[in-house]
Amino acid sequence: MTQHVWDKSAVTRVIAELQDQPGALLPILHGIQDSLGYIPPDSVPLIASALNLSRAEVHGVITFYHYFRDTPPGKHTLHLCRAESCQSMGSASLEKYVKEKLGVGFHETTADGQFSLEPVYCLGNCACSPALTVDGEIYGRVTPQRFDEILEEARGQA
Amino acid sequence: MSITVYVPIDSSALSLGAEKVAKAIAAEAETRGVAINLVRNGSRGLFWLEPLVEVETSKGRIAYGPVQAKDVPALFDADFLKGGQHALSLGPTEEIPYLKNQERLTNARVGITDPVSLDDYLTHEGYRGLKNALKLAPADIVKQVTDSGLRGRGGAAFPTGIKWNTVLNAPADQKYIVCNADEGDSGTFSDRMIMEGDPFVLIEGMTIAGLAVGATQGYIYLRVEYPHAYKNLNAAIAAAYKAGYLGKSILGSGKAFDLEVRLGAGAYVCGEETALLESLEGKRGLVRFKPPLPAIEGLFGKPTVINNVISLASVPIILDKGGDYYRDFGMGRSRGTLPIQLAGNIKRPGLIEKAFGVTLREILYDYGGGSATGRPIRAVQVGGPLGAFMPESQFDTPLDYEAFAALWAVLGHGGIVVFDDTVDMAHMARYAMEFCAEESCGKCTPCRIGSTRGVEVLDKIIGDEQRVAQLALLRDLSDTMLNGSLCALGGMTPYPVLSALNHFPEDFGAAKTEQAA
Repeated sequence: MTQHVWDKSAVTRVIAELQDQPGALLPILHGIQDSLGYIPPDSVPLIASALNLSRAEVHGVITFYHYFRDTPPGKHTLHLCRAESCQSMGSASLEKYVKEKLGVGFHETTADGQFSLEPVYCLGNCACSPALTVDGEIYGRVTPQRFDEILEEARGQA
Repeated sequence: MSITVYVPIDSSALSLGAEKVAKAIAAEAETRGVAINLVRNGSRGLFWLEPLVEVETSKGRIAYGPVQAKDVPALFDADFLKGGQHALSLGPTEEIPYLKNQERLTNARVGITDPVSLDDYLTHEGYRGLKNALKLAPADIVKQVTDSGLRGRGGAAFPTGIKWNTVLNAPADQKYIVCNADEGDSGTFSDRMIMEGDPFVLIEGMTIAGLAVGATQGYIYLRVEYPHAYKNLNAAIAAAYKAGYLGKSILGSGKAFDLEVRLGAGAYVCGEETALLESLEGKRGLVRFKPPLPAIEGLFGKPTVINNVISLASVPIILDKGGDYYRDFGMGRSRGTLPIQLAGNIKRPGLIEKAFGVTLREILYDYGGGSATGRPIRAVQVGGPLGAFMPESQFDTPLDYEAFAALWAVLGHGGIVVFDDTVDMAHMARYAMEFCAEESCGKCTPCRIGSTRGVEVLDKIIGDEQRVAQLALLRDLSDTMLNGSLCALGGMTPYPVLSALNHFPEDFGAAKTEQAA
């Protein structure tokens, strides 16, 4: 098993900043994922102790929500829409293309650590289907050819 | 004087290259030494024309679209800054029939103003509703909303005034206003357009709701998939605080209202109001039993108004122009207007705010222009992933809550997803069950187990395995989910499944079944 080194000080900083809010758990989890890209499993006891929750409760919340992840993502994260509107415009074949091109399935990261692929159920870009995001940047009416360009653009970024 | 140029900052416009267009226009203007005032507006909602660039001229705003960065030098050559002719000319924006024939009440400012400019909001009739509300007793504010006939635009269509009245009359030391901005239905984007394109109207609506029921704290529960909405809402909230429209004493009235945006984390079920409240409290989004209603015991156990973005964003105009003004739009018991979202396989997708009563056919063909692929439209799904699929024979149905209910369909949040004749309806039915299985909160058995069994049964039907028996089983299972689920996720998944089966039996091997019988 790989031993992940994680930044404990970032976690404690986020917890200290947000723990007094009403309903603080989700803001804290967002804060940690925003700064580290994921929620390290070893941070669970710290969060639980600060909020007077059990570790099981914190773990339960992390795993309930699709957006939270407990492993580091690739350098870039792709969210590909699987919802009905995108399906009506051929997202199933785009999905097949994307998976073949990257050589990964959903919830996986490419071997070179460049791209993580995640499914998403609606980006609210249904008038420009099919849609995807790369690191939060949104793209509409994506064709396989357009996808190749988007990928090259992402690769070109530092 | 510099010329004002508008380039939308709406997500959909950005997804088609609006950012590059804005940069190209700024750079080209600088190269040519022309002074322009570049405003990043919301979208007009004419998405087949995005990125839609507008120029302010003596004859009003003139539109060009769809513009790509490479078109920019030619636009300057054609003197577009003075409304000059170009291949991408669309004429005066307000004269484009798609836009001209709408009744924009809730979306009156979207696409027109700079979304995060409070001055712009005030210039365009903003905060007039709040100023009226500050002069009224709480019960009179509620009465205006009740008189308007406004019903929850999130989909359940519960009368907003009645909900508010319950919270008003619930004694408590603390009450809350919660905005459900977890717009997860495929085919819907009107909440996003309001939050990105006119966030102040939502903030004003929530502030009025706070005054009406005596709540001093509001939360906007926003889905994490909407980063641009998050940015604009926070910028607008900061501006509202700074100018005294939020905070300890709203416009010096002595009445307090604080507002904060909280992010969801990709769980569809959190659009269900009680699951949303659990999530806001920092828990898994498990649906609660009702009663007690959130109006009595909601967020942190306190009386809570929980309304959809569009419901709350419709309140300012009601308080500005009166409940009667709003009620005069619409038909039957569906009063006012509905921001209809036309999406999927359609030539002219977009936002169409119309009074209730317009027919599906008018929307699909007069506005939408038929399918994007040019093939016949075979089915539309109205109301998100839990809405029924409707065949061509039902296209003359007026958009009205009761007319849809009579057909065992739902209007929901007003999203319409169009499919051409290449769609496989058995596959869509299977997808509905798969989606339910993926998104079920797991609290009740019909939804949690039923959806997984539903996928299996549909796989057998699609694989032509004991088809007749499996079809009977699918109907029985759907009946259990419909009547036994705790919330609409399990309770309405049978809508897409059974409507697909009933209206498109040929996709479920009906011919083979008859041969076998």
